[in-house]
Amino acid sequence: MLEVSALEVRYGAIRAVRGVSLRVAQGELAVLLGANGAGKSSTLKAIAGALRPARGRITLAGAEVPYGWPERMVRLGAAMVPETRDVFPDLTVAENLRLGAFTRRRDPAGIAEDHARVVELFPVLGERAGQPAGTLSGGEQQMLAIARALMSRPRLLLLDEPSLGLAPAIIERIFAMIAELKRTGLTILLVEQNAAQALAIADRAYVMRLGEIAASGPAAEIRAATDLKALYLGG
Amino acid sequence: MTAALQFVVDVLSLGGAYAMMALGLVIVYGILRLVNFAYGELIMVAGYTLYLIGGSALPWLVMAAVAVLAAIATGIMTDYVAFRPVRAKSVTAVLITSFAFSTLLQNAALLFISPRPRNVPLPEIFSDTIQIWGVITPVRNVLTIVAAAVLLSVFALVMKRTMLGIAMRAAASQFTMARMLGVPANLVISTAFAISGLMAGVVALFWLGRSGAVVPGIGLEPLLVAFIATVIGGMRSLQGAVLGGFLLAFIDTGLNHALPQNLLQFRDAFTFSLVILILLWRPEGLMRGPATGQRT
Repeated sequence: MLEVSALEVRYGAIRAVRGVSLRVAQGELAVLLGANGAGKSSTLKAIAGALRPARGRITLAGAEVPYGWPERMVRLGAAMVPETRDVFPDLTVAENLRLGAFTRRRDPAGIAEDHARVVELFPVLGERAGQPAGTLSGGEQQMLAIARALMSRPRLLLLDEPSLGLAPAIIERIFAMIAELKRTGLTILLVEQNAAQALAIADRAYVMRLGEIAASGPAAEIRAATDLKALYLGG
Repeated sequence: MTAALQFVVDVLSLGGAYAMMALGLVIVYGILRLVNFAYGELIMVAGYTLYLIGGSALPWLVMAAVAVLAAIATGIMTDYVAFRPVRAKSVTAVLITSFAFSTLLQNAALLFISPRPRNVPLPEIFSDTIQIWGVITPVRNVLTIVAAAVLLSVFALVMKRTMLGIAMRAAASQFTMARMLGVPANLVISTAFAISGLMAGVVALFWLGRSGAVVPGIGLEPLLVAFIATVIGGMRSLQGAVLGGFLLAFIDTGLNHALPQNLLQFRDAFTFSLVILILLWRPEGLMRGPATGQRT
C-alpha cells in the first residue's frame, strides 16, 4: 500500500531523517517507534506532504506521491492526523467533520452516512456537534481529529502520536479504537512513543534512532528482542 | 428624532461601504497574513472599466456588472502576478510585489488614460433624493445600505453553510491542516482574492457615485479606510472587519455632526486620535481572530 524509499528530510543543515525506507502492506498496522527527536514525526509529515523531503521516493498504491502537496495525498487516499491534532478551534465539531469529507463534497448522501458512522464510533462527537472544537478536552479533540480523517474514506491512515498528552484511561480507549479501525481493514501507519501499547496492536514495527531505521520486523519479534526502555530513552 | 434618524441612515450607508471594503481586505489577510496593498486599485479598475464602456448603449446595470467582474478578475490576477510567484519566499517580498503591482496599475491608468478625472456613467437614481420619515437622503445612500445588507448576509451564509466557506474559515486558522484534509491551497487563495475583488467592485459603484469621476489615485482613500477598519476590528476576524467598518463610519459621521464648522477640516485628525485610543485599549483590535496563526 505505502512504500517509502531512501527518504531524507533536512532542517537547514540538520538531517533529521537519513535514508529511511519502509513499507506498509494492505490492511496492516505498522508502528514507527523511537525516542523524541529520532525523526518519526518528520518521516510521517514528509509522507503526508506537510513537509518537503530533500530526497526519497514515496508511493501510495503504486502511484508516486509528489513532494509537499498534502491536498493531493488526500485524493490518493491517505489521511493524516498530526500530533498537534489541529482541530479548527472556531469551527463546530460538525463543521470539522464535514470538512474532513472535502474531497468527497459532491456526495452529500455519502457524507451524511459517514457522519453517522463516526458519531457511532465516537458518541461524544455527536453530543457536541454544535460546539466549537476549541472547547473540547484533549482526548475529545484527538477523537475529533481521527474522526475527521476518517471522513475522507482513506485507504491509509497516518497517525502521529495519538496518545501524546492524554490521560492513561483515554490512551487506552484511543488504542482500542485504533485496533478496531484495523479490524475494519484500514491500513494504518502509527507513530508512537508509547512502545508497549503500540506493539501490542501492531503487525509490523520500525524503530528509528537518530534519523535512521535501527530495527524492523514483525511487531512480536521487535517486542521480544528489543529493550523497550532503550526506545523511550533513545539508548 | 429626525436628526437621530438622519444620523443612523448616514452611519449605516457609510458603514456599509466601509464594512464591505474592510471585509475584502481582511479575507485575503486572514488566509495569507498579508495586506494586499493593491486592493485600492481594484476600485480604480472598476472605475475605469465603467468609464471605458460608458459610451456604449448597454443598460447601466450591465455596465456595473462588467465593472465588478473586472475588479474580480484583477483581484485574481493580483494573486497570480504579485503573490503566487513569491508566496513561499518572504513576507517582505510579497509586501513589495503588492506595492509594485499597485503602482503598476496606477501608472498604466496615468499613461494610457489620463491623470485627469474621467466621468463615469451613473444611473439617474443615484442623484435622486428620497424622504423617509422626514429625513431627506440621497437614494444612493439607501442603495448602499441595501447592497451592504444583501452582500454581507450572502457572504455570512456562504461562509457558514457551504463546504468552500467552511474550508476558507478553516484555512484562515490552520492552513496546512486544511490542506491535509484535501483543501487545495490555490483554490482557497484564489477564492479569497475573488471575494476581495467582488467587495471592491461593489463598493466602487457607490464610491464613484459620490464624485461621479475616476482618477488614477482613487484607490488610496478606500484602501486606507479598509485598513483602519480592519485594524480597529481585528485583522484576523471577518466579523471584526465589519464591526470596524461600522465603528469607523460612526466616528466619522459623529464628528461630522458634532464638530464646529471651523474644525471640520481637521476631522481626520480627530478620527485618527480616536483610533489610537481604541488601539491603546485593545491593541489586537476589538475582535480576536481564529486561535492560531501559521503563515503559509
